[in-house]
Amino acid sequence: MLGTALAPLGNPSCIRSPRLRLAKLVAPPTAAPAAVESIALAPPRPFAEREWVLLLSRLIRRRTALFGLVVVLAVLLAAVFAPLIAPFDPLAQDIGQRLKEPGWQDAQGRIHPLGTDHLGRDILSRIIHGSRIALSVGLSAVLISGVLGMAIGLVSGYFSGRVDDIFMRLADVQLAFPFILLAIAVIGVLGPSLRNIIIVIGVSSWVVYARVVRGEVLSIREREFVQAAVALGSRDWRILVRHVLPNAFTPWLVVATLDMARVIVIESALAFLGLGVQPPTPTWGGMLADGRVYLSTAWWLATFPGLAILVTVLGINLFGDGLRDTLDPRLTV
Amino acid sequence: MKAYLIRRLWQSILVLLGVSVVVFLILHLTGDPAALLLPPDATAEDLAKLREALGFNDPVVVQYLRFLRGAVQGNFGESLRHGEPAMTLVAERLPATFQLAGAGLAIALALGIPAGIISAVRRNKPVDYIATVIALLGQAMPTFWLGIMLILIFSVRLGWFPSSGRGDLEHLVLPAITLGLFTTARITRLTRSGMLEVLGQDYIRTARAKGVSEPPVVWKHALRNASIPIVTIVGIELGTLLGGSVITETIFAWPGVGRLSVQAIFNRDYPVVQAAVFLLASTFVIVNFLVDIGYTYLDPRIRFR
Repeated sequence: MLGTALAPLGNPSCIRSPRLRLAKLVAPPTAAPAAVESIALAPPRPFAEREWVLLLSRLIRRRTALFGLVVVLAVLLAAVFAPLIAPFDPLAQDIGQRLKEPGWQDAQGRIHPLGTDHLGRDILSRIIHGSRIALSVGLSAVLISGVLGMAIGLVSGYFSGRVDDIFMRLADVQLAFPFILLAIAVIGVLGPSLRNIIIVIGVSSWVVYARVVRGEVLSIREREFVQAAVALGSRDWRILVRHVLPNAFTPWLVVATLDMARVIVIESALAFLGLGVQPPTPTWGGMLADGRVYLSTAWWLATFPGLAILVTVLGINLFGDGLRDTLDPRLTV
Repeated sequence: MKAYLIRRLWQSILVLLGVSVVVFLILHLTGDPAALLLPPDATAEDLAKLREALGFNDPVVVQYLRFLRGAVQGNFGESLRHGEPAMTLVAERLPATFQLAGAGLAIALALGIPAGIISAVRRNKPVDYIATVIALLGQAMPTFWLGIMLILIFSVRLGWFPSSGRGDLEHLVLPAITLGLFTTARITRLTRSGMLEVLGQDYIRTARAKGVSEPPVVWKHALRNASIPIVTIVGIELGTLLGGSVITETIFAWPGVGRLSVQAIFNRDYPVVQAAVFLLASTFVIVNFLVDIGYTYLDPRIRFR
């Protein structure tokens, strides 16, 4: 067991302190200290052999995952440096320049690569700025639902019985609702704001995490190192946090990555229906809704924001698929 | 078997109760349901009158039980905008939504299963790559954008199909494709991976070894065993389809429950919203209950669990 835990290419989630700690605790104090030290103080591995470096190199060897990673990084950079990258002010209206086709050059010789919208605003700049809402909703909502789902999954899987029953029925209730419909109903009541959108999506997306983590916990809690911790008299919460959680983290990370794509689509759908972050803040879904009106005269208004969503979601999905295949091929999410 | 059915039925009833609690709470999220039901410029006197009339001054538990009693009888109150019972309005729109969701599901099954099988049989051949790329795109494409692009190409440019409304089969084509594509992609990928797994099993090798020709091996021996996860996902995908219908119906002006609820939310017509959410969620629970029962016939192992 210890051998596999220390093998540099073992499942990275297993290379965690619990087992090493266990080895130290279990070893009788009179045992040869040299043996213990050689386990606890394994020489630091060179940079190229660190787990995450190895993991990353295996990941980018898959071409589709590499493509996904590049897309995700590009969107992330666009969001962070939007004001620097965007060629125009995304809010600057110019009625004289309205509905100009992609590649249009204005009087000062400045080019609008993706054209302008019905208020003469530059579409490329609005798409670049729109990534900010998409990513901030995506990251925050995933964080909320991820933490919530992790906690529920841990408790549900570890304690089983009545607690598990209650949480799993709650999960069934949550899944019974068509997600978008519940979200628009609640946001319709609370009012559309960035905070409300993040909270509503975050609080109602915990089920996938809880189910996956719970499944992992059910098998982890039967393993030797957990049994040993129980035998040593560790408290439940300590076992959960120190021994179970680190080992359930890998599948959680895969689910979180793939769920991010879903959240971004939901945010856009809400904005499309008029229940997203309100104008004039540019959102991809809101731009699409604007463009829908001008479909027969100016196709570019609705086409490009949709492509932005498509490429972002595709990138995240490919990266997530690659992450899953690298970390945990058994996982079906 | 009987014990399993009873347990499953009991679970479904519990879930429906949970659904009713959530639907009840929608109206109480802000703490003052009367303010939601009246226009923003309503006077304090109007508010007090409505609170009294609808019993909003009673304890929440009493209000919930009253709501539950109404819900069981299909009574969600009157639509504030149309003056008709909310339930009637929603029920009138249900067939349109079921037709759309059914058509979407039919497309998904009719395209997804064969595509997945061919992909698996011709693994790593050009056909497989094409199907995989289409499935990946289908999963990444937002419903509303796909719908708008279909309208742009097939209605605005080519004029082949109408872009809105419900009528004959022509009206159904674009909305059904829009709604069904995501599920098609899911089923394609699921069928492909399921078939790949089954095709590597010993009984397939045995069938081939005893001289069964390739088509029956694939379509009979392999597909029957690969179909179990597909049946499971059909029940779950129904939720995706009903949720997706909200967007698809809005884009194509399809007169179903989804479009009605979006309009009701903007009109602050909450009885209609509650009735719609409750009915769609109940549909999902009931269909999944039926799927689970059907499942026990496909996979006898489950009866003894």
